[in-house]
Amino acid sequence: MPEKRILMSGNEAIAEGAIRAGCAFYAGYPITPQNELIAYMAKNMPKAGRVFIQAESELAAINMVYGASAAGFRAMTSSSSPGISLKQEGISYISGAQLPAIIVNIMRGGPGLGNIAPAQSDYFQATRGGGHGDYRLIVLAPASVQEAYDLTREGFALADKYRIAVMILGDGVLGQMMEPVTLAGKNAGKPFPKRWALTGCKGRKPNVVKSFFMAEGGLEKANLDLQKKYKIIEKKEKRYEGLFLKDAELILVAYGTTARIAKNALFRLRGKGRKVGLIRPISLWPFPADAFRMPGRKARYLTVEMSYGQMVEDVKLSSGCAEVDFLGRSGGGIPGEEEIVNKVNRMMI
Amino acid sequence: MKKIFTRPEALKDAPNHYCPGCGHGIAHRLIAEIVDETGIREKVIGVAPVGCAVVAYDYWNFDCSEAAHGRALAVATAIKRLRPQNIVFTYQGDGDLAAIGTNETIHAANRGENLTVIFINNAIYGMTGGQMAPTTLVGQKTATTPSGREGKGHGYPLKISEILSLLPGVCYVERVSFQDPQHVLKAKAAIKQAFLNQIKGQGFSLVEILSPCPTYWGMSPKDALDWTRDVMQKEFPLGKIK
Repeated sequence: MPEKRILMSGNEAIAEGAIRAGCAFYAGYPITPQNELIAYMAKNMPKAGRVFIQAESELAAINMVYGASAAGFRAMTSSSSPGISLKQEGISYISGAQLPAIIVNIMRGGPGLGNIAPAQSDYFQATRGGGHGDYRLIVLAPASVQEAYDLTREGFALADKYRIAVMILGDGVLGQMMEPVTLAGKNAGKPFPKRWALTGCKGRKPNVVKSFFMAEGGLEKANLDLQKKYKIIEKKEKRYEGLFLKDAELILVAYGTTARIAKNALFRLRGKGRKVGLIRPISLWPFPADAFRMPGRKARYLTVEMSYGQMVEDVKLSSGCAEVDFLGRSGGGIPGEEEIVNKVNRMMI
Repeated sequence: MKKIFTRPEALKDAPNHYCPGCGHGIAHRLIAEIVDETGIREKVIGVAPVGCAVVAYDYWNFDCSEAAHGRALAVATAIKRLRPQNIVFTYQGDGDLAAIGTNETIHAANRGENLTVIFINNAIYGMTGGQMAPTTLVGQKTATTPSGREGKGHGYPLKISEILSLLPGVCYVERVSFQDPQHVLKAKAAIKQAFLNQIKGQGFSLVEILSPCPTYWGMSPKDALDWTRDVMQKEFPLGKIK
C-alpha cells in the first residue's frame, strides 16, 4: 500500500516533522509569515505530551530552548527575520555551550521591520553567524513542503550528533504554500546519549552547561574544540542537488523557493538546446563547495536569489571564478521564470 | 568526638573569588545548607546569573546551568517544565533580575512557574565596576551616577519584589537582610521556605536579600553591613511581602 499523503503547508510540515522527531519542547513568539507553525505546535504538542510555551519575547523563547536542551531534551523555536535577529544572543550562547537545538527562520523582507513578503535576505546572518563569537550553525534550506518535513527531522539528528544548533531556513512562500507530504517514520535517528545534560547529579559528578571560560587559555581551547567540530561537519554534511551539470556551460545556483523557479527555467532552456545546469545547495553551511569543483568544468555561474546577492560570494569562493553573475530581487519581488530565461539567453549569445 | 559544624556536601571545597565582606559567600552557603537539609542535592539544578556570581557553579556541588544576562528565568522555566521532579532555582543579582531581565522575571512569575528565585540586591553592578543598578538608592554615588542617583532622569529604586507580589501567579515573596547573624538566620528560614514551596508544588517563590558590596559602596565590611540596616532598609523594608 502506498504511504498516505496529506496536504500541509510548509510551516505545518516543519511542526509535524519536529513532533515526530521527538521534539519535547517548543517555545515561540507570534510573527508573520510563520504563525501557522506556532499555532500547530500550540494545538499538537500538548496532545503528544510535550511542552509548548508562548514566550513573552523572542529572547525568552530562544533562552527557553537553551534550558530545554541543557536539560537533555530535543527543543525547537521558530520565527521570521526580525524575530531571528532578536534571538541571536541565545543562538550564540547555545553555540558556545554546544547545545543541540532547532531554529526555524521563515524569512521575510528586511532590513528593519521590512514587510511580510517572502525573502532570502538573511543568508549572511544564517551562514556567517548572526551573533557574537566564532561559531557556525548547520543551515538547511528546503525547497518543498516534503523537504521541509524531512530536513526538520534530519536536523534534530544532526543537532544531537554534533551538539550544534541547526537552522531550517525557508521563506514565506515555502512556509505558507501547501503540498502533499508523506509522513514517514516516527523518530529522527537513534536517541543520542547526553551525559552532559542537567538531570540532577545522582550517582555522578555535577554537570555544568556553560559558555564562559575565564581561566587562562580556557576559551581558546573551547574555541579550538568548536573549530575541530566544524571541520568535521564541513567534510561530512554538505548537501546539494545537481541537474545537468556534466555538459553545462552555464550553471544556475539557487536554493529554496528560487531553486524551484530556476528549475522551471532550466527545463525551458534545455528544451531550446541551451546547455544549462543547476546547483541547488541544500546545506547553506556547510556550503556544498564540491559541487563547484568538478575537474575540467568551464561553466559560468548565475546565482538567483530573493536577496541582493548574498550567496554570490560563496559561489565565487567555491568555484574559484572571480566573476559570478547574479539575478535577484528582494523586498516583495520574486525573480520570475521569464526573467531567468531572458537573462540566460542574453548571457549565452 | 562529635562533629557539630562542617562544610555542606552541596558546597565544594574551593576558595571563592568574592571580595572581603561580600554577601555572595553567605548566600551560596545558605543555599548549600538548605539543599543538604532537604536532601535534594542529587536532584537540584541551579541557574547561575551573569554578574559577580557568574561562576557560582564552581562553588556548588550539584548540576548547574549558565544563563545569558537576565535570562535565568527563561532557562529555568524550560528545565522545570521538562523535569518537574527536579528542584530548579535561579540565583540573580539586581541588574540581572530587575533591569536586563525584567521581562523574563515578570512573565515567569506571571505564569506561576514552580521555581525558586534567590535575588541578591546590593544596589550596584559589582562585576563591571560599580555602576548604577535598578535598585541603587537616590543619592547613591556610582560609576555612572558620579553625583549621586536622581530619581527623575536616572529612575527611582525599583521595588521589583513589591511589583511581583501583585501577580496572581506568585506564591511567596520575602525580603531579608545579611546585616547581622540573627538576620542571616532569618534569611536562611526564608530561603528554605522558598525551596519547600517548590517541593510542595506551590509555585513561584522569591527571596530578596539585601546584601553588602563593601568594594563598590566604598565602605569597610562592617560599615557596609550597618548601611544595609540603617540606609538600605528605609527604601527596601524587610519582611514577608506576600
